[in-house]
Amino acid sequence: MELRQALAKTLSELMRENNKIVILDADLSKANGTEPLYKEYPNRCYNVGVSEQNMASMAAGLATYGFTPIIVTFTPFATRRICDQVAVSIAYAKQKVVIIGTDPGITAELNGGTHMSFEDVGVMRSIPKMVIIDIVDDVQLMKALPEIIKYPSVVYVRMPRKSRPTIFDENYQYRFLKADVLKEGKDVTIIASGTMVYEAQVASKLLEDKGIDVELISANCIKPLDEETILKSIKKTNKVLVCENHNVIGGLFSAVAELIVSKYPVKTKAVGVMDEFGQVGKYQELLEVYRMTPGDIVKATMKLVNDEE
Amino acid sequence: MQILDLVRITKDIRKLIIKSIASIGSGHLGGSLSIVEVLTVLYFREMNIVPNNPKKEGRDRLIVSKGHAGPGVYATLSRRGYFPEEKLYTLNKIGTDLPSHCDMNKTVGVDMTTGSLGQGFSSAVGAALGSKIRNDCATIYCIIGDGECDEGQVWEAAMFASHAQLNNLVVFLDYNKMQIDGYVKDNKNPAAVISKWESFGFNTQFVDGHDIKAIIEALDKVKSYRKAKSDKPNMIILDTIKGKGVSFAERALVGSHSMPVTKERLEQALKELEEV
Repeated sequence: MELRQALAKTLSELMRENNKIVILDADLSKANGTEPLYKEYPNRCYNVGVSEQNMASMAAGLATYGFTPIIVTFTPFATRRICDQVAVSIAYAKQKVVIIGTDPGITAELNGGTHMSFEDVGVMRSIPKMVIIDIVDDVQLMKALPEIIKYPSVVYVRMPRKSRPTIFDENYQYRFLKADVLKEGKDVTIIASGTMVYEAQVASKLLEDKGIDVELISANCIKPLDEETILKSIKKTNKVLVCENHNVIGGLFSAVAELIVSKYPVKTKAVGVMDEFGQVGKYQELLEVYRMTPGDIVKATMKLVNDEE
Repeated sequence: MQILDLVRITKDIRKLIIKSIASIGSGHLGGSLSIVEVLTVLYFREMNIVPNNPKKEGRDRLIVSKGHAGPGVYATLSRRGYFPEEKLYTLNKIGTDLPSHCDMNKTVGVDMTTGSLGQGFSSAVGAALGSKIRNDCATIYCIIGDGECDEGQVWEAAMFASHAQLNNLVVFLDYNKMQIDGYVKDNKNPAAVISKWESFGFNTQFVDGHDIKAIIEALDKVKSYRKAKSDKPNMIILDTIKGKGVSFAERALVGSHSMPVTKERLEQALKELEEV
């Protein structure tokens, strides 16, 4: 299922039970799949037009009135464009708003550089108390949304809106703020988030053929990090590779580096966007351009394992 | 409450503002003094509020989007009985509940955290929408500054308020014609203020912002619009003077935005307010 369909389906169910949920869009309800909700809940869905700043502060005003607003737009507009509104009206004012950013990083594909957020996690991570969830697939999104809405404080969710390979099955138990160990191993820890979990999973199978036993962690929550799961793993493997669909400055790699530098320093490498801007291209093409393919993950892992620079 | 009583209260509030700012030595004096009349009318006559139950469901709300008028809001809340006068003298001291800019999590009676300009107006629009969804018949009041109208977000909020037919929203524009770097007309000339708000879909009135009676009449007019089933949001432009009521602040013109208040100036100002 496309993730935007999973979003609308789950919200439709949640809005039936919870009459406090209000949806706000900024002229992207078609793109983000929320449009059908307008028919079902005309009194609780509002399109504010192309005005994300107003949408963010309005959401905070609705939250002061006891509602749980969910604002939905593309990741660059959900973060860098409205950073001050998120920081002041929502986070500093302690208002519970769910911020959903779609098309993170290279999943923006043909919308290109202006719409390709490689900095959204960095922007949001520096706002106190912000929780940041990087969604892996449709199943995880559907399991995560009820927990995200229940959580009493602001949450930023970055999620692809189109189809992505499904990794989790229907028995998957989502644990809010927790990472998932997808594969246990002893040689090296690979920590990935969002769309890079799939690429890392493919890579870990290729590495298995080379005799490298990978422990693969899906860091579902970038802030706060699941320190316990990560530290337990790296104490076993003593080597970490971080894979993210984001600039390696400010995102998951930075978060993991901050953790291990202070708690358990080990050799660390990153696969991600090396401080560059986005561009137009198909997902697979962009993976290659930014050297984020499973092959690139294999290469980086071999360097770590062989102790090469 | 009679108009004369309200006028007396404006004097009390102006004294409290100047005393609280003097207690820390300087602060946002001009834009606090310019909105004293509207704050008085709202808190002592107009708003459906209960000071000892400040979060009462269904109450009217005021969001002061020009959040730097915190000292004016705090003096009014204290005079209205939300908290004792002594608290006013903690203004901007470390650990205070009364910071420069309004903070709903710190100050009893403050309905929204504001200070980054433009945002409070959008939040007021959100609250007005919330009241409509809940159908609780509350009125949401908001005060914006004329310098604040430089912000694009103000006009984003205005367009949505009009589009969503939020006739339960009453916005006051503190038209004191000054901002930090000079006169508003020299920084970014708002030109035809009245027709601007009319064209953005607001029932727009222009009144003397220091005339209690005129403000009351404007609010009565808002009620008559609603009775007549007008679905427009409301704008009351308050023609005001920055620093109103304190001669050294009025003379400082744009310099009154944030200015020092010495012991001598305090005594002079209190004397002036007694004489009026």
